[in-house]
Amino acid sequence: MFRDTVDIGVGHIAIIGNPNSGKTALFNALTGMRQRVANYPGVTVEKKEGKISLEDGREIVLLDLPGSYSLTPRSPDEKIATDVLLGRLEHTPSPDTVICVIDASNLERNLYLLCQIIDHEIPVVVALNMVDVAEQNGVFVDPVRLAATLGVRIVPTVATKGIGIRELKLAIAEKVLPSLRTRQWSVGEPMQSEISELKDLLLNLQNLNETEAFHESVYLLSSPTLSVEQRKKFRPEILAHVQQDHQRLDALGIDRLSSIVEARYDWIQRVCEQVVSRSHRKDISLTDKLDKVLTHRVWGFVIFLLLMTVMFQAIFTWATVPMDYIGQGFNGVGSLVATLLPPGDLRDLIINGAIAGVGAVVTFLPQILFLFLYIGILEDTGYMARAAFIMDRVMSKVGLHGKSFIPMLSSFACAIPGIMATRTIENKKDRLVTILTAPLMSCSARLPVYALLIGAFIPTRTVLGFLNLAGLTLVSMYLVGLLAALGSAWLFKRTLLKSETPTFIMELPPYKIPSMRSVLLQMWNRSMQFLKRAGTIILGVSIILWFLATYPKLGHGTPSDQLQHSFAGQAGHLMEPLIKPLGFDWKIGLGLVGSLLQREVFVSTMGTIYGIKDANESIGNASLRERLQEDVDPVTGRHTFTTLTAICLMIYYVLAMQCMSTVAVVKRETNGWKWPAFQFAYMTGLAYAVTFVVYHVGRFLR
Amino acid sequence: MKFAGLDTLLPGETGIVGKLETPSFEVRQRLMEMGLTKGVLVSVVRVAPLGDPMEIELRGYRLSLRRKEAEAVKVQTGKS
Repeated sequence: MFRDTVDIGVGHIAIIGNPNSGKTALFNALTGMRQRVANYPGVTVEKKEGKISLEDGREIVLLDLPGSYSLTPRSPDEKIATDVLLGRLEHTPSPDTVICVIDASNLERNLYLLCQIIDHEIPVVVALNMVDVAEQNGVFVDPVRLAATLGVRIVPTVATKGIGIRELKLAIAEKVLPSLRTRQWSVGEPMQSEISELKDLLLNLQNLNETEAFHESVYLLSSPTLSVEQRKKFRPEILAHVQQDHQRLDALGIDRLSSIVEARYDWIQRVCEQVVSRSHRKDISLTDKLDKVLTHRVWGFVIFLLLMTVMFQAIFTWATVPMDYIGQGFNGVGSLVATLLPPGDLRDLIINGAIAGVGAVVTFLPQILFLFLYIGILEDTGYMARAAFIMDRVMSKVGLHGKSFIPMLSSFACAIPGIMATRTIENKKDRLVTILTAPLMSCSARLPVYALLIGAFIPTRTVLGFLNLAGLTLVSMYLVGLLAALGSAWLFKRTLLKSETPTFIMELPPYKIPSMRSVLLQMWNRSMQFLKRAGTIILGVSIILWFLATYPKLGHGTPSDQLQHSFAGQAGHLMEPLIKPLGFDWKIGLGLVGSLLQREVFVSTMGTIYGIKDANESIGNASLRERLQEDVDPVTGRHTFTTLTAICLMIYYVLAMQCMSTVAVVKRETNGWKWPAFQFAYMTGLAYAVTFVVYHVGRFLR
Repeated sequence: MKFAGLDTLLPGETGIVGKLETPSFEVRQRLMEMGLTKGVLVSVVRVAPLGDPMEIELRGYRLSLRRKEAEAVKVQTGKS
């Protein structure tokens, strides 16, 4: 849908802004549902693009740059934003127009980034966003005066309500020129003259233009020492000059870094004095009232735990209604195919391979949608930042950042977006520790496995008056994952990836009503990713497994004999000695191997294995539960699955790296096979060891 | 003039930033770009329930940082 866009003279347009400035809401308001997500070549930062229909009917592509506080990047995300803006990135031309989103309720800090953009002479249109929030806080920004002071076009917007979107579209439809009012701040002597002296030198010797030369000289002078990169980039005469400057300025007691940042902020403060008028501020804001409770030493944690518990209980009660309908729907399709096709291998393949496999996974879509919706709302309201705030002490105890908490919490939904969310972590080692441990958090792909096993073997009894035993078992599985993740992180930070506990400098944005449009759009995108995986990988695996379980044909005997005779049965039997110490039989072994690709495949594997006994049996989960409960070992006469086996199996699934998509993402994020290979090995080893202990302790206790 | 670490301020107390004695260049740069520059008025809003990090208000917005980083931010307070 994007390739057909012809260049119509508007050129490349990008949107940038501080985190929490409402940039995503504005991007969504401008582009609607027409978005696509890819990656920048060679790096792992998400490249989000969307289509805008301009008022005159033209269509243009808008590039969404990662949220940034400044053009002095500290994280991979911010680096990409800077590199794109300054045209340093191959295959991504520097934008002809930039929309810079400014939070009107937080003008001073937001103007810092805009000040840098203007100084770089980038053609910019400013979206003065959240003017409604600012006015509620008694802050009134005069857009006309601000535009005159900065020399740029200013469009007041309220992205969440669609206000100002039309005006913004009109503004970018015209040719936008860079502001002529650049570098209105000055640093005072002797810094100022050193900057211009160095700038002239760079103009003469380095083949830079005026703007580039200015910024390089500021950057060179404010750096503590010359970096390797700078030493490579500049000629020896310049390096010598810079070193002399450093010495002279340091001897005069001038703080080279702070004088630049201070000069910018001093100017920004003066601008704000001219354009901002304040009415009386309300005594206590809503955010303060909420924070009093949500970060309270008792209530803060009670509410946090409550929110998590509600999430887990809800996906097990509310989500079951649509799940049953979907299950019935797939049964219906199966029966329909059974009446349309003559009996034989093809019919068997379609019903028991394809429909059963995909059906078993699509059934879990309601749970996944709900999980993404819930986490999305927590993020959008601003609660996630508070969760990081109250949990940082715990995270710093294992040597991590409160920010690592968000990727880990997101990994409850899926480790893949969780691992992608680690890109905001500045420190490389901390990021790696978070990547290595995040997949231990119980993701939604484990839910089908838990759901099947808990449904079949854990009674839905009420304990302690109000808690459900099944729900409690589920919460325990999540806790096991959480503890394993924290424990491993602690160990890695002390051994393999030894480094200091990172700094925690995080904005706490005001609470807001979540933009349901943004939340739903994100839920939709993430769920579609899940479905695509379900539709492709799982369909393939189901068909392969059906084949392995159907051939070679025995031609006589019971279906169970046939299964034992098949390739799958043979493979399961081969690995049985290896997993016997965990209390698993060959059928579970087959499920484990099948679900190396993805955990939820376990359910469809079990469906295929047990469904084969009677090809026309229904596919739904309830019948599979009964099959598991009834299954008896033909030799010993004992049940294949007991409550202990079910618990052991769930623990194995909590800890083992049974997800090839995660392996692939880790490979991409760490640029090599070393870390994903290590991760696979340590998680599988941990899973085997813990399951072994639980099985034997469980047998001893019984 | 008397300077104290920002971490010594109690919730509700305010100070004026004097100097950042943050050892790491990157951290110092980040703090400054977030607006923690000389002469800026900061107030401590609250401390996280487990004692760390702390929440401060400056330039009309809220920022959280750990006591360790706050200690290096020297502020001038009304206290003598």
